[in-house]
Amino acid sequence: MFKNNILILNNISKSFSGIKVLEDISLQIEKGKVHALMGENGAGKSTLMKILVGLLQPDEGEVLLEGELISGHSVHTILGKGIAMIHQEILMVPDLSVAQNIFLGKESQKFSWLNESEINTKSKRILADLKLDISPKIKIKNLSIADRQMVEIAKAISNNAKVIIMDEPTSALSDTEVKILFGIIENLKNQGVAIIYISHKMDEIFKIADTITVLRDGKLISTQKAEELDNQALIKLMVGREISELFPVTKIEVGKTLFLIKNLARKNVFSEVNFEVKAGEVLGLAGLVGAGRSEIARAIAGLDKIDTGTIEIEGIETQIKSPSDAIKLGIGFVSEDRKALGFIPQMSIKDNISLSSFEKFSKIGFLNTEEQTKATELVYNDLKVKASGLNQKVINLSGGNQQKVVIGKVLMSNPKVIILDEPTRGIDVGAKFEIYKLINTLKAKGLAIILISSELPEILGLSDRILVLSKGKQKAILSKSEASQEKIMQYAVH
Amino acid sequence: MPFINAFRQYGIFLAFLLICCFLSYASSQFLTVSNWTIIVTQVSINALLAFGVTFVIITGGIDLSVGSIVAVAGVVAALLASQPDLPLIVPIFGGLLAGLAFGLLNGLIITKSKIAPFIVTLGIMTIGRGLALILSKGRPISNLSDSFNFIGGGDVIGIPLPIIVLVIVFIISYLLLKNTVFGRYVYAIGGNEQAAWASGINVNKIKMAVYALCGTLAGLAGILLTSRITTGQPNSGAGFELDAIAAAIIGGTSTSGGTGTIAGTLIGALLIGVINNGLDLLNVSSYYQQVIMGAIIIGAVLLDSWNQKRMAS
Repeated sequence: MFKNNILILNNISKSFSGIKVLEDISLQIEKGKVHALMGENGAGKSTLMKILVGLLQPDEGEVLLEGELISGHSVHTILGKGIAMIHQEILMVPDLSVAQNIFLGKESQKFSWLNESEINTKSKRILADLKLDISPKIKIKNLSIADRQMVEIAKAISNNAKVIIMDEPTSALSDTEVKILFGIIENLKNQGVAIIYISHKMDEIFKIADTITVLRDGKLISTQKAEELDNQALIKLMVGREISELFPVTKIEVGKTLFLIKNLARKNVFSEVNFEVKAGEVLGLAGLVGAGRSEIARAIAGLDKIDTGTIEIEGIETQIKSPSDAIKLGIGFVSEDRKALGFIPQMSIKDNISLSSFEKFSKIGFLNTEEQTKATELVYNDLKVKASGLNQKVINLSGGNQQKVVIGKVLMSNPKVIILDEPTRGIDVGAKFEIYKLINTLKAKGLAIILISSELPEILGLSDRILVLSKGKQKAILSKSEASQEKIMQYAVH
Repeated sequence: MPFINAFRQYGIFLAFLLICCFLSYASSQFLTVSNWTIIVTQVSINALLAFGVTFVIITGGIDLSVGSIVAVAGVVAALLASQPDLPLIVPIFGGLLAGLAFGLLNGLIITKSKIAPFIVTLGIMTIGRGLALILSKGRPISNLSDSFNFIGGGDVIGIPLPIIVLVIVFIISYLLLKNTVFGRYVYAIGGNEQAAWASGINVNKIKMAVYALCGTLAGLAGILLTSRITTGQPNSGAGFELDAIAAAIIGGTSTSGGTGTIAGTLIGALLIGVINNGLDLLNVSSYYQQVIMGAIIIGAVLLDSWNQKRMAS
């Protein structure tokens, strides 16, 4: 046994109602190293992490932290022994201060009297150690998502965590913020903290990970040094098949201009935005978080007010005042915030796909469920949604399949223009690839597509032209041939 | 079919059957036509209110004003029904319109001001009670026309009219929630209001309609009650809103919105009626009845959440 192995998992197995979700997983996590855990959704990553932090108990096998058996203990005990998890969805009390959140559950007190100044000083020191410029007294709800994530990390450190699990920590972060996070991870490594890092973003993994473990269908496929792997090899391990090209390229003759905006502006958010999208064309919107990409998308889709400027669809000037206006005019919008704006969790796949088109399946207000089933089934099959059937509730689907349902809802309303805002955020490689293919199919059908993505390779791989934004201003429109990651970044940081 | 669905979704139906079995065993009077006629007649007013409240709760809202609307609508109907020369349709329309007006007022304030429905309808509840007292000058209104009194007291081929009204309203509400686009929108808004809005649903319009429907049904309940007791009572309907909410919740409607059925609510209302009736037959003091009813509300929700968990795993 290596002395450096701080955390050891021996032959972990776990089943849910007879289905094996983890099978004989053995893993060693080294001190001061970043260990990436990769795998498609449903590969068993979250189950394994839940076992590590004590939310679940393994059916077989054991977890040892510094040689001490910890499986079987409660979440609280395990946290106390030094395993902390930074969740994908941030779990903090918005109305409490940074310090109060960091010390939540372990407040310093005398005779039940809270000692606020002590936790403030302690928090200040922890934040300073992380080189973070956040006041301990500020309320969590007034922080950006990135800063909240940093506070989560500070909280883990305040617990003297020896192992920190990070589940998709960068999914809501901008590139600059990711850099800060990576700096912090370096710091933690130097302090000897082991990090288990879960992410779907390949480039990140290769930047940060020392070791990469791949899970597939609940089995451990491989554990290798990061430098022994490359993009292609890693994807192959994850999906168990070769993906010949990640971005399938379809050559399509572009048609006439479907969508045109002139001098679009929303006060203090974006201004002087001008672009057109032709039938069969993908226009990528690139820029850092806060550049105004999603804000433009929301305004076009009728979610936010437009202050000045005009929108033309097929040459006709139109007014968009609400999402319902936009949908009626043929604008489909897939929001970056799937959970908040995309679907109704308790409703069936069928009803979710119909959400913008119910009137099509009705006569004098009564629903023709037969027609509805027929129409939604087509979309359901086309998009290859993996579910037990049309009547399954969307809440029980994986992220990738939820996204397919949301796209299905938008397609059902027969849009001419479709806006995809971060369509592959938080979904696994296999589903990502299917969405890429879908974008190409829509292109071929002659839709005008506006694509927003924080993943530059995605934007570069799929767009015909790329509009770069910075601080709410349009900086450049690059053709596919002249665009490159460097060039986009040049304009984006302007 | 509604019953089978409810059975699948809510163990509460099973509980309802078990309680009925127990009461039939414990009291020979329980399972008789005359007793059930009494139960259902008594349940009808609460069920009408509960149907309306179910729509509201599914959208994620609440309506505390239905009890007061019962009183206002009752007083309005009674004032009109005590005029000797007016046709029957006038007090009926008057009562329904009073209910509709209050419902629209609720909906208008809720959608325009974004104040929480709990607070808005609490305010309207107090205003409604005050208006009922103002309109009636604080006194009961009697000497209602015979035709009006027939609504709550009469019967058709032996079936009391309130039961017939209940059945008709049940069928309409059931179809409205289950088989119409409007019904789907109601669920969608309660499930995720933002997503419903972003998907092109006119959220404010649907909410207005839901509160208007709830108010109108409360108006109808007010007419039935006034007709049954043959007087317009400004103090009637006090606390009815809580019974209606209880029926909806016992029937599986979640107060967080997005789930619930009309069939479930009917069972909830019947369960309350059956238990009150059964405890009366068994000579249990009314003080204990309240304790038992409270326990049943909590028990029903517990049962429901266990069911949900079992289905999820």
